[in-house]
Amino acid sequence: MEFLLIIISAIFVNNILLAQFLGICPFLGVSNKLSTATGMSGAVCFVITLATVVTYLINQYLLVPFKLEFLQTIAFILVIAALVQMVEIVLKKISPSLYQALGIFLPLITTNCAVLGVALTVVTKEFTFGGEAHMLNLGEATVYAFATSLGYGLAMILFAGLREHLALNNVPKAFRGLPIALITVSIMAMAFLGFSGIV
Amino acid sequence: MSKFSLITKGFIKDNPTFVLVLGMCPTLATTTSAMNGLEMGLATMFVLILSNIFISLIAPVVPDKVRIPVYIVVIATFVTVLQLAMQAFVPDIYETLGLFIPLIVVNCIVLGRAEAFANKNSVGDSALDGIGIGLGFTLSLTVIGIVREILGSGSVFGWKFIAGDGILAFVMAPGAFLVLGYLMVLFNKFLAKK
Repeated sequence: MEFLLIIISAIFVNNILLAQFLGICPFLGVSNKLSTATGMSGAVCFVITLATVVTYLINQYLLVPFKLEFLQTIAFILVIAALVQMVEIVLKKISPSLYQALGIFLPLITTNCAVLGVALTVVTKEFTFGGEAHMLNLGEATVYAFATSLGYGLAMILFAGLREHLALNNVPKAFRGLPIALITVSIMAMAFLGFSGIV
Repeated sequence: MSKFSLITKGFIKDNPTFVLVLGMCPTLATTTSAMNGLEMGLATMFVLILSNIFISLIAPVVPDKVRIPVYIVVIATFVTVLQLAMQAFVPDIYETLGLFIPLIVVNCIVLGRAEAFANKNSVGDSALDGIGIGLGFTLSLTVIGIVREILGSGSVFGWKFIAGDGILAFVMAPGAFLVLGYLMVLFNKFLAKK
């Protein structure tokens, strides 16, 4: 039951893009075409989940015992950068087809603030899923990270679909490109506000 | 480029928010009021100036292949300095801006300036570039904050001049996207006229 609450909350109620404003740059940057948006979502999903598990363990067994929590930011960004590199190398070796699909997006992910954002959130914030406030344990943190990245993918793919239609319409000159895209996102965010209160 | 234009280019020509469209996450998330926008802008400017100075100093000795990881470590170090200083002296502000202070590390503006300017210019010019772009970012965030605060709570910098609650949506997520979108339209119109 608690896992269900985490999943619904992370995908719909606190959608990482539309309610928490994390990872907006790639969201606006690669959402022109549905196929690239899907590729990016897949890569983000993979990296967020993996990075959260790794940084959670590093925080728990390395930083906390030595009272080095103030190094979280530096340690996490280095871990994420190294991890992204490694994923790239491993994918290239074992699954060239997946590498073809996700490859070009991987280097971009290091500077995607959604990855660092989720990694920092799960180790610093208390959550109140079904009952009292508590820090997430490893299982919950993994589910939270995975569900959050699904929310990222959902918003990204929906938006890419809308944007493909936008490109065919006659938009006033000053609104072309990003402004009309931002106004569209605003309307999507309003729709997602409707989910607030269900968890 | 003259010293003066290094400082003023961030306002219009190279405005990080409306022209370069960098650092969107803090721009949208922290501009719920004019004061929050201003504080976030200043925090980013602090990191931007210091990292620009330091990177322009070390750039000649950093091998080309590892420059990006080196820059990220430099930026992360200054962000940690900022985090500790803010926790010590202005804990309230640190609490309000929350996650977005550590996330300055992945703000594309800071890494972008390191890569595009600081690693091939003198220390003095890099410092001025940091100040210029930082001021432009601070100004944009403050303007977005002012608009959202007026519409959302009928006040400016906490000074209330419209009675009542205001339009709550402008303080929440949809308002952020909407205000940024429309301000960008105005900016485009203004640039097209010039």
